[in-house]
Amino acid sequence: MKTLFLSWQYLWSRPLAASLNLLMLTLGLASITFLLLISQQITQAFERDAAGIDVVVGAKGSPMQLILSGVFHIDAPTGNISLAAVKELAANPQVAKLIPISLGDNFRGFRIVGTSPDYVLHYGATLAAGALWAAPLQAVVGSQVAQKTGLKVGDRFAGAHGLGAGGDSHGQASYVVSGVLKASGSVLDRLILTATESVWRVHVAHTAADAEDQKILQGEREITLALIQYKSPLAAVTFPRLVNSTTDMQAAAPALEITRLLSMIGVGTNVLKALAGVLLLAAGLSVFIALWSAVRERRADLALLRMLGAPPRKIAGLLLCEALWLALLACAGGVLTGQGLMALTAWALQAEKSIPMAAFTWPIDLIIVPVLAVVVALAASLLPAWEAYRVSVFELLQSR
Amino acid sequence: MISTRQLSYSYLNGPGIGFADVDVAQGGVLLLSGASGSGKSTWLALASSVLLPTAGEITVAGQALSRLDAARSDAWRAQTIGFLPQKLHLSAALTVAQNLELAQWAAGQAKDAQAIDQALNALGVGQLRQRKPAQLSGGQAQRVALARATLLQPRVILADEPTASLDDDACSDALRLLCATAERLTATLVIATHDMRVKNYLAAKRMQFLSVKLPASPIN
Repeated sequence: MKTLFLSWQYLWSRPLAASLNLLMLTLGLASITFLLLISQQITQAFERDAAGIDVVVGAKGSPMQLILSGVFHIDAPTGNISLAAVKELAANPQVAKLIPISLGDNFRGFRIVGTSPDYVLHYGATLAAGALWAAPLQAVVGSQVAQKTGLKVGDRFAGAHGLGAGGDSHGQASYVVSGVLKASGSVLDRLILTATESVWRVHVAHTAADAEDQKILQGEREITLALIQYKSPLAAVTFPRLVNSTTDMQAAAPALEITRLLSMIGVGTNVLKALAGVLLLAAGLSVFIALWSAVRERRADLALLRMLGAPPRKIAGLLLCEALWLALLACAGGVLTGQGLMALTAWALQAEKSIPMAAFTWPIDLIIVPVLAVVVALAASLLPAWEAYRVSVFELLQSR
Repeated sequence: MISTRQLSYSYLNGPGIGFADVDVAQGGVLLLSGASGSGKSTWLALASSVLLPTAGEITVAGQALSRLDAARSDAWRAQTIGFLPQKLHLSAALTVAQNLELAQWAAGQAKDAQAIDQALNALGVGQLRQRKPAQLSGGQAQRVALARATLLQPRVILADEPTASLDDDACSDALRLLCATAERLTATLVIATHDMRVKNYLAAKRMQFLSVKLPASPIN
């Protein structure tokens, strides 16, 4: 008979205690798994979308809001900036690449972004069907947009005013889908891209009363913000200061704002991690109490095993194995529950068109979960195992 | 066989107990009688190498027990001693067959289902092998415990109060079974008891046995 089998039998000879301990351990490990996955996914999502964007220039306001709206498309923009000022910036020798972004409209909650083809190139996205826009009012839709709305090449749709679903429809000027992007895992998946001119045209048609009005509006053309890549990292020292002090625009560095954001989220994650730790500690204590009382209950049985010739280490091993069974089961249950929660979160975030997150990833950090499970189980069973080790055969003879 | 010479044992902070010399041939029967607290448990512990004598010699099945260290005494006990505890101590979490398997596990042997079947059949409880101890009658449970004690063909069977809490008929049955099993294995049988019926039974069956009455002389 294997020690593993025997310890399994002993474990489930007390089904209530075993289930309770399993549940507690599983909950603790599940929260740790979930926290690991979500913080890893958040960091990854932010870093992926902000890669290669050194600075974002937009209207004055909160720099974090500018980054959230311009890079990750999860907040409203701070305002608009004049096209002329942006063109001036593009001519700055420190600027390697400038991608204009114009926001304002949506289609069923997906943002319509007026930009240049550089934006698509920047994320290395490729087309699944059709081609990039060649003229205003042609649009390229992200993979998630295509999947959710059913838009395909050749379809027509009208944008609605605002960034959320609903809003006043621009019925007069409708877009034609010229292409559909392949899924790239970046922010492009949930955007509808079009030429900057399209956005102007839609809004001019919307607000201008007559031809003269249209002309005036053309002279005051604006975009929402600009994504900028520097020629040299040294520009990070001077360029933002230049923008902030000499123009009525602001420059915000995504790297800086992400770090700030993550450290704010980090406080929350740390609190949750501490809670998960407390949960795990309580589970460990509960396992300890269960094993301890099991040794007390089974003292005579253990003494009999000694009488049958089992050396003390074998008896102690039996107890350790019992705890390790719990650890193994709780580890499997915890990781699966954590992954399930993560999948649920990813699904909910996708439904809200927020930051995309991958479910069922297996980052190397997850190794901490089985390690914690084993450590907790061993720590909880050490004292009971020692007590079992010391069980004397003589107690059997005296138990009358 | 079992032989003792000037065997004594002293507990920490307690009085020492000296035991009368005993010589039992292999296959013989030793009746160890006396009230509780008279030293029966101590004698059984010494004979199964659970305790080491403070003084004197005890030789069981050819092995001088004072020469066994702790690690070897476990292996020796597994091979040599079959123990029938008073409370039986069948593991409630395991089936009858698994309870016997426990003896093989404790001795560090591989599972031998055939030996288990043989031991159970020899005591007429082979058909109960899949039951849990809770589903056994008192007599059946004692047979299973005896099967466990004899599974590894011990040279010595130690029975601790085998007739306590049994009525007269069951008492006779238990003793008949015990003696028959020891005879079948030509094992030396030691019965430690305070029950007078055991001596009467052995005498009535005209069995040869050595009777030692405890308490033995206290020593300083």
